[in-house]
Amino acid sequence: MTVSQKRAMCAWSFIGIPLIYFILIRFYPSLDAFSIAFTDWDIVGEKKYIGFDNFKVLWNDPIFWIVLSNTFEYLLLGVPISLLLSFVIAYFLDQVRFGHGFLRACYFIPFLTTAVAMAWVWRWFYQPVPVGVINLALGKVGILQLDFLRSTTEALPAVLAPAIWAGLGFQIVIFIAGLRAVPVTYYEAAKIDGATSWRILRDITLPQLRPTIVFLVVISSIGFLRIFDQVYNMTQEGEGGPLNATRPLVLNIYKLAFENFDMGMAAAQTVVLFVLLLIITIIQLRMLRK
Amino acid sequence: MNEKKIKLNPKKIVIWTFLFIGAVIMMTPIIFMFSASFKYNDQIYDLALFSSDFTLDNYIYIIENTDFIIWLLNSLFVSLFTTFCVLFFDSLVGYTLAKFKFNGQKIVFIAILSTLMIPTEMLVIPWYIIAQNFGLLDSYLGLILPGIMTGFGVFLMKQFFEGVPDDYLEAARIDGVGEFTIFIRIALPLVTPALSALAIFTFLGNWTAFLWPLIVSSSAEIFTVPVGLASFSGEFQSDWELIMTGAALATLPTLLVFLILQRYIIRGVVLGGLKG
Repeated sequence: MTVSQKRAMCAWSFIGIPLIYFILIRFYPSLDAFSIAFTDWDIVGEKKYIGFDNFKVLWNDPIFWIVLSNTFEYLLLGVPISLLLSFVIAYFLDQVRFGHGFLRACYFIPFLTTAVAMAWVWRWFYQPVPVGVINLALGKVGILQLDFLRSTTEALPAVLAPAIWAGLGFQIVIFIAGLRAVPVTYYEAAKIDGATSWRILRDITLPQLRPTIVFLVVISSIGFLRIFDQVYNMTQEGEGGPLNATRPLVLNIYKLAFENFDMGMAAAQTVVLFVLLLIITIIQLRMLRK
Repeated sequence: MNEKKIKLNPKKIVIWTFLFIGAVIMMTPIIFMFSASFKYNDQIYDLALFSSDFTLDNYIYIIENTDFIIWLLNSLFVSLFTTFCVLFFDSLVGYTLAKFKFNGQKIVFIAILSTLMIPTEMLVIPWYIIAQNFGLLDSYLGLILPGIMTGFGVFLMKQFFEGVPDDYLEAARIDGVGEFTIFIRIALPLVTPALSALAIFTFLGNWTAFLWPLIVSSSAEIFTVPVGLASFSGEFQSDWELIMTGAALATLPTLLVFLILQRYIIRGVVLGGLKG
């Protein structure tokens, strides 16, 4: 056996077991999920292949469209709000020396919390008087009271808030790392030219941060599209109510698969989720290539 | 020159004040959670953070009347075991892909990379069926199995191992050191920053994981903290001081680790976030 053959043998012995694992626990289940999407199956009975019927049912299901529009609402509110907040905080935090570590820790700690635990804390905050912290505080300063989780319009932003809150710390430290990677000479040159700090931000900082911004948009989009823990723990019986007003795609999948055991319909919706994530990834690759 | 620097700039004071207010808002839920966990039920309607009769009754009640300690131990076991497996296997695969040449290398790498495209939510249905067929529902193995290797970790470690000079490994080979020993003794110590980043992400991910543990476990002895907390909180609906105590117990471990290892954790998160 030559040396290179020996090394190849060694390589296969290193990756053999992991490869079997990836095939059994990743590839096979991925393909299986696609195949279940084309069946009518209640897990105990026999799988019946029904072609695209599940997708046709979805297309005509008003609940599915509510769920999909909720999911996009989480995405379209969550991504811009969280990115704008984290950029502004990172931009100024980067300039602060006094108490920098302390401030950064305060912003970062929520990222380390368990979403389930914090969902219950926020749920408590949102309760009507005399329990909820926010309404109690509002009561001290005026008569305004908010319904939060009991309102069909306020519930979704109320559920979204802890998700944004928990992710800010991550986005802030990534933004700060991005800001520090901008070459100092660029700033010096701009200052010599007498550029205002607004012009420097617009013409140097933001263009230089482009890869960081693309990365964070993608990561947070994926996160908001997959929102589940907060909704499950903040709504009555984990239903995503009131009246489905907060129910996202993943919660719908969970309910269908593990409460109704309608595996085919649930799998079909995971395919929808997969396609959405795929689109976002493709957009990311396009934007980074530019 | 020095004097000028020390002089307080009003713009900076405004910025600092806003950042400070923001930091307080960020910490408010966590502070109120801990505060409520030390209160009696009738004091929870009071916005005061500290009350004169501080109590540990809630903690005692939870420890005596629920399986919270078991859930904490389950979470700790699952998170540590998974992290250990991920560190070992992902770096072994990443190292092999970075430092060996063999037929099919590219296909293996692309195949593993492609698993990053498949969200967990898509896999839980097939995983559930597999677990059911092999009798793994409601077991530790069922809980742990889906997470012991990750495409993300393989990708991260491969990138870092590519930065390790071949000369180091070659020198050891000439000395007759075995390949596995070279990996453990020489290659791994050179990528410790990547290992700690991967460890942080994996531990945190498993400590907070909810969907799969919720699906696979049905008896309280198997619950991890998030699943246990969700079922317990659903039961104690209006006993907010007890729910906050449970939430505090779930938060405390990661918070303590962060306070001790703050710098390393933030550095690790940035490293893992940017390279991954």
